[in-house]
Amino acid sequence: MTSERPLKIGPEAGEAEDRAVQMGAVHLSGDEARRNAAAAAPIKARATNLDFYYGNFQALKSINIDIREKQVTALIGPSGCGKSTFLRCFNRMHDLTPGTRYEGSITLFPDDTNLVARNVDPIEVRMRIGMVFQKPNPFPKSIFENVAYGLRVSGRRSRVGIAEEVEKALRHAALWDEVKDRLDSSGLSLSGGQQQRLCIARALATRPEILLFDEPTSALDPIATARIEELIATLRDEVTVIIVTHNMQQAARVSDYTAFMYLGELVEFDATSRIFTNPGKKATEDYITGRYG
Amino acid sequence: MLRRLRRRKIRDRVIESLLLLSGLFAVFITAAIVYILVSESIPFFRHIRLVEFFTDTMWTPMFDSPRFGILPLLAGTLVTTFVALCVAIPCGIIIAIYLSEFAPHRVREVVKPFLELLGAVPTVVYGYFALMMVTPFLRHFLPDLPGFNMLSPGLVIGIMIIPYIASVSEDAMRSVPNYMREGSYAMGATRFQTAVRVVVPGAISGIAAAFILGISRAVGETMVVAVAGGLQPNLTWNPMESAATITAFIVQVSLGDLPHDSIGYQSIFAAGLTLMVTTLIFNIAGFMLTRRFREVY
Repeated sequence: MTSERPLKIGPEAGEAEDRAVQMGAVHLSGDEARRNAAAAAPIKARATNLDFYYGNFQALKSINIDIREKQVTALIGPSGCGKSTFLRCFNRMHDLTPGTRYEGSITLFPDDTNLVARNVDPIEVRMRIGMVFQKPNPFPKSIFENVAYGLRVSGRRSRVGIAEEVEKALRHAALWDEVKDRLDSSGLSLSGGQQQRLCIARALATRPEILLFDEPTSALDPIATARIEELIATLRDEVTVIIVTHNMQQAARVSDYTAFMYLGELVEFDATSRIFTNPGKKATEDYITGRYG
Repeated sequence: MLRRLRRRKIRDRVIESLLLLSGLFAVFITAAIVYILVSESIPFFRHIRLVEFFTDTMWTPMFDSPRFGILPLLAGTLVTTFVALCVAIPCGIIIAIYLSEFAPHRVREVVKPFLELLGAVPTVVYGYFALMMVTPFLRHFLPDLPGFNMLSPGLVIGIMIIPYIASVSEDAMRSVPNYMREGSYAMGATRFQTAVRVVVPGAISGIAAAFILGISRAVGETMVVAVAGGLQPNLTWNPMESAATITAFIVQVSLGDLPHDSIGYQSIFAAGLTLMVTTLIFNIAGFMLTRRFREVY
């Protein structure tokens, strides 16, 4: 847990920091220490001139971005700006829709695999890159089998091994204590927030290198949302996270980096604290202050 | 204004009554059938005790000393139904999975009507198909197979009910929401794994309903077994023997010249009642299974 981390990264926090710098304070605040760590974090994935087309419609225009390892990167922007489209390039979900096309590259480090290359098997990609959807979508199976799904699909047989991984994933997703006595009941019998944590556990069970979140809390109530956000903060220790969100407070609360997208282009990308206190572009500022979106 | 309002109210009332009447008509027909079956069976069961009816192993209503044990007919019905389901369930499910999860839109649009056409062929055609084509064909592999047997009509009934099972199962699979499939693909599952591990379990209540529909059709099927089954009541569980089913017996007696007040004639109502109860039991069992497995998304 990063409990010392201030939840609010509003203008006040930024001002306080600026003042601290002016006063020549030597000790770093928790936030700043983390930001330094972030700058030092190696790059996990790099999009280079990424274009994406639905038929003749170009949905993404030459996206360039570096995703840092074990950091949370938020994608924000108004509806239709391409943030979900961009997210779904990372695990090749678009391959399921006929008539879609990628150009450019998303390179996954350390092995330099181009995730969107035609000769790279999307199934291999999806085994390395997990995803959590907007609407909780547990399978019509038991809680245990939901979490075991990825392992079984990838051909794992050992019952003991699977049981261990399932428990680990459920603990990780902060769901174990609530479900350990009823692993055999249906995943659909859980509440909405629990279902979403079950989906996170399901994605974690195969130990993905990157975890994609597509507006994971937009179908949940505020309390369930807070729990998911807390969870995302702890996940940072294990996995690289990319999250699409409509909710700017959420982006400010959970992410280390924020990318602002508009009309299929990446307008601005920087540390979250900068984007929300001192954005470099007028469009970003307008969006963040609620002038459109 | 007021008159227009009143006229409209009257018209609504008339339409409502017409709709109610046609609804009641269907209920009335069903009730009438049940009433006739039961009332005509009562004189039969005055002569034949229920215990005898359900335990005697011979069904010989036309003999001088007739015996009325329903078991041989029931066995014939269950064996042909079982053979039919062995064909129809795997084929139906495979076709449904293909059409719902794999087939391109165009292929589905062409294949589905053809499949449904298979269900529109008159059953007597299937009967002669069983007798003239399937039985001789089977005899290449099973030289001891008699000319009349239960295997051949069973297989043909199976082919006949494939469209019902495939079509209803496919509808059930297609109504599994897409976000379920996405969840599965995102875990690195293949199309086939997604279909078998997520879509089929998600559609299980609809698939069960398809089975029930198929079973009801197979149990009630008459012409195929009457033509190719042999019409000889025979208590056996071996599909390679000839036998009669409940329905085949009923059609045989109704076409024959038994006097209408004879006990032999009355026996067809008892047999019909047994058939209806059998179908009802399958339906109730299916309904309960469906409820038990239903998933609410």
